[in-house]
This record gives sequence, C-alpha cells and structure tokens, in this order.
Amino acid sequence: MSADVIAPPPPENPTEDWLREERIPHIWCPGCGIGTSVNCFTQALEESKLDRDNVVIVSGIGCTGRVAGYLKLDSFHTTHGRPIPFATGLKLANPKLKVIVYSGDGDLFAIGGNHFFHAARRNVDMTVICVNNMTYGMTGGQVTPTTPIGAKATTSPFGNIEEPFNLPFIAHSCGAVYVARWTSFHVRQLTKAIRDAIAKPGFTFVEVISPCPTLFSRRNRLGDGLDAMKFYKAHSEIRNGADTREVAISHQSKIICGKFVDITRTTWHDAQAAHLHRVMGNRFVPPRNWEHLIKSDPMEDLVAETIRDSSGDGS
Amino acid sequence: MGKPGEVPLKTKVRGEVFIDDLRCKGCGFCVEFCPTDVLAMSDGYNPKGYHVPRAVNAAVCTGCNLCGLYCPDFAIFGVRNLG
Ligand SMILES: Cc1ncc(C[n+]2csc(CCOP(=O)(O)OP(=O)(O)O)c2C)c(N)n1
Ligand code: SF4
Ligand code: SF4
Ligand code: SF4
Ligand SMILES: [Mg+2]
Repeated sequence: MSADVIAPPPPENPTEDWLREERIPHIWCPGCGIGTSVNCFTQALEESKLDRDNVVIVSGIGCTGRVAGYLKLDSFHTTHGRPIPFATGLKLANPKLKVIVYSGDGDLFAIGGNHFFHAARRNVDMTVICVNNMTYGMTGGQVTPTTPIGAKATTSPFGNIEEPFNLPFIAHSCGAVYVARWTSFHVRQLTKAIRDAIAKPGFTFVEVISPCPTLFSRRNRLGDGLDAMKFYKAHSEIRNGADTREVAISHQSKIICGKFVDITRTTWHDAQAAHLHRVMGNRFVPPRNWEHLIKSDPMEDLVAETIRDSSGDGS
Repeated sequence: MGKPGEVPLKTKVRGEVFIDDLRCKGCGFCVEFCPTDVLAMSDGYNPKGYHVPRAVNAAVCTGCNLCGLYCPDFAIFGVRNLG
C-alpha cells in the first residue's frame, strides 16, 4: 500500500453530530424512551436542512428536560414548567428563530399547563414536543395529569382515580395548528411528524408516548422498556385524522396514533404585523427579522391590502 | 467463509452495523426491531455490567439504521454500503 492512500474515516453515528458528546453517556435509565425520541428529533432536523444557528431548543425540568442540555444547539434549560413562556420570549425577540420546546408531561401539563394553553391559543410559532411517560420520572414516579386511571404511582399506591388529560384534544381545542401522537416504537412516523411540525408555521404539537421503565412500568409491574415498546407495537392503532375527542388513553388500552390536526390559522406574529399595519399605516416599521414572516404570511393579501390602504393616509 | 478459490455466495455486503459497547445499556431495542434479525444479545458484559448486542448475522445487514433510530443510548448505528 502506498503511503498516500488514506484510510476512510470510520463512519459516525448520524445522531453524533447533534450531540454534546462530552455529556454522553446521558443520565437516562436503560430502556428509557427519551433517547429514542432524540434520535427521531435529530433525524428530523437533519432532513429539515435548517440553518442550525437559527434553531433553539428549550426544555423545562425533568428527565425529558435534560434533552436540551445534550443537544449541540442553542439550548435553554429553564425552570420547571416554564419552557413555553421562555420560548415565546425568544420568538418575540428574534422571530427568525425556529423555536422548539422539548419537555415532559409533568412539566408541560401540570405546573406548565397554563402556558401551553395560551401559547396554543395565540398560535405562537413554535413546536412543542412532549415526551409523555405518564409520570414525573425525575422526582420518583408521582401522578401527572396524564397518568391513566388505575395506574399506580408513588402518590397513588392503590391506583390513580383522577381523570387524565387527553393531550391531542387539549392541543386541538386550544388552537394548535398541527397535532400528532406517536409512540417511541414508531420511529419513522415520529421523525416525519417532528419534521412536518417544525416546517409548519404556528403552534405545533407532537406527543410521544414513551416508556419510563424505572418508575412507571416497574410500579405497575409492566416489565422493562422493551416490554413497553412491544406493547406499543401490539396495541397501537394508526388513525390519521381521528377526532381528537376520541383518542384518550386508558391504562394499558389501545393507543391511537397519527396526525390528528393539520390546519392553517394566522400566527401571533402575522396577526400582530397585519394589525399594526392596519392601525399605524406607514408609521409601522416591522422590526428587524419580521419581514420574512410577513412575506410567508397566510394573510399575505390582508397585509398587502392594509399596506395599500394605509399608504394613502400619510398620517 | 468458502474454501479458497470458491466464489462467495454473496459478493456485496449491503450494509454494516457499528456498536459502541461502552455506551450500550443493554435495553435490547435494536435486537428486537432490526428488520433482518442481524443482531442478538451476547452473553458478555460491558464494563458497566450490561449485556451488549452483537451482529450475529452481519451478512444480511442492509445498513438501514433502524437500530440507530431506536437506540436510546446512541450506541449503535448502521451505514449503507455505497460501493
Ligand atoms: C418549581 C418546581 N417544582 C417542583 C420541582 C420538582 N420536579 C423536578 S422534575 C419534576 C417532574 C418532571 O416530570 P415530567 O415533566 O413528566 O418529566 P419526566 O421526568 O417524566 O421526563 C418535578 C415535579 C422543581 N424542579 N421545580
Ligand atoms: S426515571 Fe423514567 S423517565 Fe427518567 S430516565 Fe429513568 S426511565 Fe427515563
Ligand atoms: S442497520 Fe438495519 S439491518 Fe443493519 S443491524 Fe441495524 S437495523 Fe439491522
Ligand atoms: S438499543 Fe442501544 S443500548 Fe439498547 S441494546 Fe441496542 S445498542 Fe445497547
Ligand atoms: Mg413525565
């Protein structure tokens, strides 16, 4: 072999490029589904061909809340329940950013529920990915707003009696423009859903049903992470376009997966821009970074019209 | 492996799988969901005490990287052979 023949570099895990390698191995338990969702997320980003410098990821607190810290993106690990208001602030300050919230069911729907409802209502342009393991993993397996009736948790040793939230229904009724649910078994579909959610303007939501073998499965004698994955495979049904009122999950029931909502609604930024054009006329100068939002506006005509209308009054 | 001089049955390997033993936590996702049953859990342990997978049927790996998408520990991946 001649000296100038250089062996090709050993191939690298496709996820590697997105990880803060110095922080790996991560803290997640064997068979925890969070890492699987991260592969789908990074694959979706890869396929999205977005400029990484404009992608930010915001997490709250919890096992899922660790995701932001493991990813080589502009990452924000915020206080418990507050990733959505934090993300809203980022988007207001710099509308050019692709803002992604990645957090757990407890973080987003218990302490942070209020924020979820209002960001969806306002249609703030962001993607929220919720890893729903039906428990507070990080703090030892307490009941969350998604724990099914009958499931045991640290705080419900004889079984939970409280009606859980049906997350796609909540997202839908609060105004999210894209709502999908997959499990960590559905890696290809989940990747596509995340990619589509990120590409879509407005408040988009992806729920990922995911195993917490250490706390949820063990306490409910459901085996390990692999058993949960096999359960998802055997007991999920894909029903795209399903009525979100009908996709609630009971304890060990069938899990209905799919894309449930994909609609268009004026985003908060677009509504604001159109409104300011309307009331301020020429005096409204869109802040830096807003121009592209106005151009990609589903209400483009309205904006153009208001600009035309207001250009006459010269006030 | 055939005898010397024999034409191998399969001349082109379609894909290859790589395993990082140190990162693996032995969950078995990759073994269960590999579409061509390339992988099996080995009896051996890694330094953290987890069983790790091995490509016992490497010739049928397509490099689809489904194992990589499933692995929650970023410990395995497949690559397609572009040759
Ligand atoms: C203000 C505040 N209250 C409570 C906590 C304790 N705490 C930390 S993580 C967590 C729950 C996380 O649950 P979830 O969002 O479902 O994430 P998981 O660990 O299940 O991924 C709680 C209650 C905290 N850190 N801060
Ligand atoms: S406690 Fe549960 S959610 Fe947290 S890392 Fe372990 S398995 Fe995952
Ligand atoms: S790359 Fe595909 S075929 Fe090869 S081991 Fe992984 S899952 Fe199996
Ligand atoms: S999926 Fe990853 S962590 Fe699990 S057994 Fe396979 S290589 Fe190990
Ligand atoms: Mg949780």
